[in-house]
Amino acid sequence: MKTQSQISLPRRRFVQGLALGAAGLGLGLNARQLLASQGHTGAPTLTGDTFHLTLGGTDVNITGKTRPATTINGGIPGPTLRWKEGDTITLKVTNLLPETSSIHWHGILLPFQMDGVPGLSFDGIAPGETFTYRFTVKQSGTYWYHSHSGFQEQTGIYGAIVIDPREATTHTEARYHADRDEVILLSDWSDEDPQHIYATLKKLSHYYNFNERTVFDTLSDFRNKGVIETLKDRQMWNSMRMSQSDLADVTGYTYTYLMNGQSPANNWTCRFKPGERIRLRFINASAMTFFDIRIPGLDMTVVAMDGQPVNPVDFHECRLGVAETLDVIVAPKADQAYTLFAQSIDRSGFVRGTLTPDAALSAAVPDMDAPPPLGHTEMGMGAMDHQASGHQSMSHGDMDHDGMKMGDMKHHGTSPARPAPFAVDSNNPDLPPRDSAIEHPASEFGPGVDMRAMAPGDMLADPGIGLRDRPWKVLTYADMETLGSTPDNPIDSLQADREIVLHLTGNMDRYMWSFNGIKFADSVPLELFHHERVRITLVNDTMMTHPIHLHGLWSDLELGNGKLLRKHTITVKPGEKLSYLVRADTLGRWAYHCHLLYHMEAGMFREVRVVDSSTTPSMPDTQTQGMHDTHGKDHGGHRS
Amino acid sequence: MKTLMTLLAGSITLAATSPALAMNKNEPRFTRVIVDQLEARDSDEGTVMAWEASGWHGGDLNKLYFSTEGERLMDPEHDGEDASTEAAETRLAWNRAFAPFWDWQLGVRRDWQPDDPNRDWASIGVQGVAPYLFEVDANLFIGEEGLTNLRLEAEYELLLTQKWILVPEIEANLYGKDDPELGIGDGLVSLEAGLRLRYEIRREIAPYIGVNWEKQYGDTADMTRAAGGKTEEGTVVAGIRFWF
Repeated sequence: MKTQSQISLPRRRFVQGLALGAAGLGLGLNARQLLASQGHTGAPTLTGDTFHLTLGGTDVNITGKTRPATTINGGIPGPTLRWKEGDTITLKVTNLLPETSSIHWHGILLPFQMDGVPGLSFDGIAPGETFTYRFTVKQSGTYWYHSHSGFQEQTGIYGAIVIDPREATTHTEARYHADRDEVILLSDWSDEDPQHIYATLKKLSHYYNFNERTVFDTLSDFRNKGVIETLKDRQMWNSMRMSQSDLADVTGYTYTYLMNGQSPANNWTCRFKPGERIRLRFINASAMTFFDIRIPGLDMTVVAMDGQPVNPVDFHECRLGVAETLDVIVAPKADQAYTLFAQSIDRSGFVRGTLTPDAALSAAVPDMDAPPPLGHTEMGMGAMDHQASGHQSMSHGDMDHDGMKMGDMKHHGTSPARPAPFAVDSNNPDLPPRDSAIEHPASEFGPGVDMRAMAPGDMLADPGIGLRDRPWKVLTYADMETLGSTPDNPIDSLQADREIVLHLTGNMDRYMWSFNGIKFADSVPLELFHHERVRITLVNDTMMTHPIHLHGLWSDLELGNGKLLRKHTITVKPGEKLSYLVRADTLGRWAYHCHLLYHMEAGMFREVRVVDSSTTPSMPDTQTQGMHDTHGKDHGGHRS
Repeated sequence: MKTLMTLLAGSITLAATSPALAMNKNEPRFTRVIVDQLEARDSDEGTVMAWEASGWHGGDLNKLYFSTEGERLMDPEHDGEDASTEAAETRLAWNRAFAPFWDWQLGVRRDWQPDDPNRDWASIGVQGVAPYLFEVDANLFIGEEGLTNLRLEAEYELLLTQKWILVPEIEANLYGKDDPELGIGDGLVSLEAGLRLRYEIRREIAPYIGVNWEKQYGDTADMTRAAGGKTEEGTVVAGIRFWF
């Protein structure tokens, strides 16, 4: 870890950048003074109903090397925007970069022309131009914003959004009350040009993985597990031609992980008074990194996810997917410091910060865990529950069934109790058979898809790889429920007018990523009818975890038994099958994609079009688009 | 060196891709060049420089593929011999992905001989990763006057550590018809096997040492013996592997 401190002087990278310097950093302050006035507490907060954001090029020094970055108002992250629910806000975004740019307001409900996706919402913001976004804020909570152009999100164009509720309803309740409010924005920084990272992945997909299995791992397995068992295990991986250590495509080899723009060495620090209740608004604004977050010695209570309040749940650790946000409350009583610790899913790096009552105090930084090897679950062999045996008659893969059963038993020793699979949800009597979700569409059989989950299963209560054996509570989706939504009175209908099944697909070696084996370039838009309620079932046919984000419309994750968790980004684990309900209540063209930046770029992206029900849309081909129109005869109907 | 490689690779990449919209409908093309072997062989005739390199340019499914390999005698130990290229071959092919782990290739090959006549071939082959992660390359070459050459190659990367990698490889050449002008008989012509241990200073650059063994068989071996040549040779090799 380099110990170089603070972001260096924003020496201008581009001629246009000088204008930014004059405008953004004017008032006689040089950049170092400006940074000093902010201390190391992160980005400034902007409030009001009119905001000016300037996108520019700046040189930064995060690792000890001076590298070009893209910034908002000269900083990484950009300013925290504090909005008020019900306000009509104006955001003037000026692009001083030499290329087209954009800002997308992640998780915000708005007219699609304001959504900031070049090619769908608008043409993007050309160099030197200012685009004015204007919309009425219809929600509250923790969100974020970022560029939706090229790889600018990787090089620094991101920031936090905090929306205060119009009426202080939930906040006045004692259990949601906080004395202090802090944004903890996590991100990943590389000194490499992201274009170069992407090209490298296309040329050698395991380039950044320095945790590959070696001969000595096999020898030690011989000793520990026995030769036969080891060979059986190896046989599966080898016949599939898969790497057992492929947890992250881009790793700590090139990334320095940041907390509010500060490297681990810089140690972002927040002061508190013992006895205070602190609301920590975690935002995963990274391009490619899943973070496992914990604060050793401190219980956390989740109060909101993806900006939406949930029934409070106590926990100790959670995995935050790329683009997700999580609001927790901590109440440190002791006069001591605590470490905010966030390690990457593949354990190749971490970032930390400190919560302390006194600048003189510090807390130990825990060691990173050993990287966990992928298992049968991640192979999509249904090892996490008994569905595997139920599906065996249908399995047609190239998998060794004996090996699968052994995997089952091993995992059952440690896996926690889980709710009934949603397939037997009594609140949804007209559910179509979800088993259809493991029928892989024909488009999944081609060079772009290197595996198909044989027995994908319900894994909502599974903490995920590397977190299953924790002696403490790991938060899962199954633990949470959107506040105010009950099976009897849900936030929106539990009935779907139509079913869509999409498989998350890819070929790691070729670094191709897609839905249903069809990458964006070859795809046609998914069309939804205005006001209809659609159930999207996702099946993860890869060995990676994907955060899937639908713009502009809520994704109401079905937790089973009528429970819903309202989200904007849903993390799907390898081997997992899950479903969520979407109310197509806003017309327009929306982006729908994996929020891993390089997966999105490679084609794991679809356009979703919400069209008026009076027009007759051209329905995409059932086979290739995975539209399972099982029972939705009244397409236009608003059935709730 | 690190910086140089990064700059080099970066500039090529930038040239090859366009920073467009986040949702890109135009498939970007990439270029990769790999010099898999560039080595000195300690042969009986003197130090032989041998190379094996390939490259591609293209998208996910379609690529233009190029490869070259050959040997050159650097400092002859016997008087009367000059430093010369002993044999070289170049190939150009259209590479098309047809299965998750397999590509087929359709192309042409030219063999360059210093004294003997050149040979031109059409080629059809498959290249990919077999179960157990063997890298396999199988090509059928069809030459003039009914000449055919089947070449089978397999390679495996054994990780001793994340940076020390042992690579065994084997290559077999079979001919369907004699090529007396070049002293080649039909049937199995030759086997070549190598074992190289490389150290990846970084992914892109790895010096290595190893051994290489070659043996001729059948009529080919008979013809070589008749001409007073050796039919089998083992050499110690040292070289460098790099890509960008």
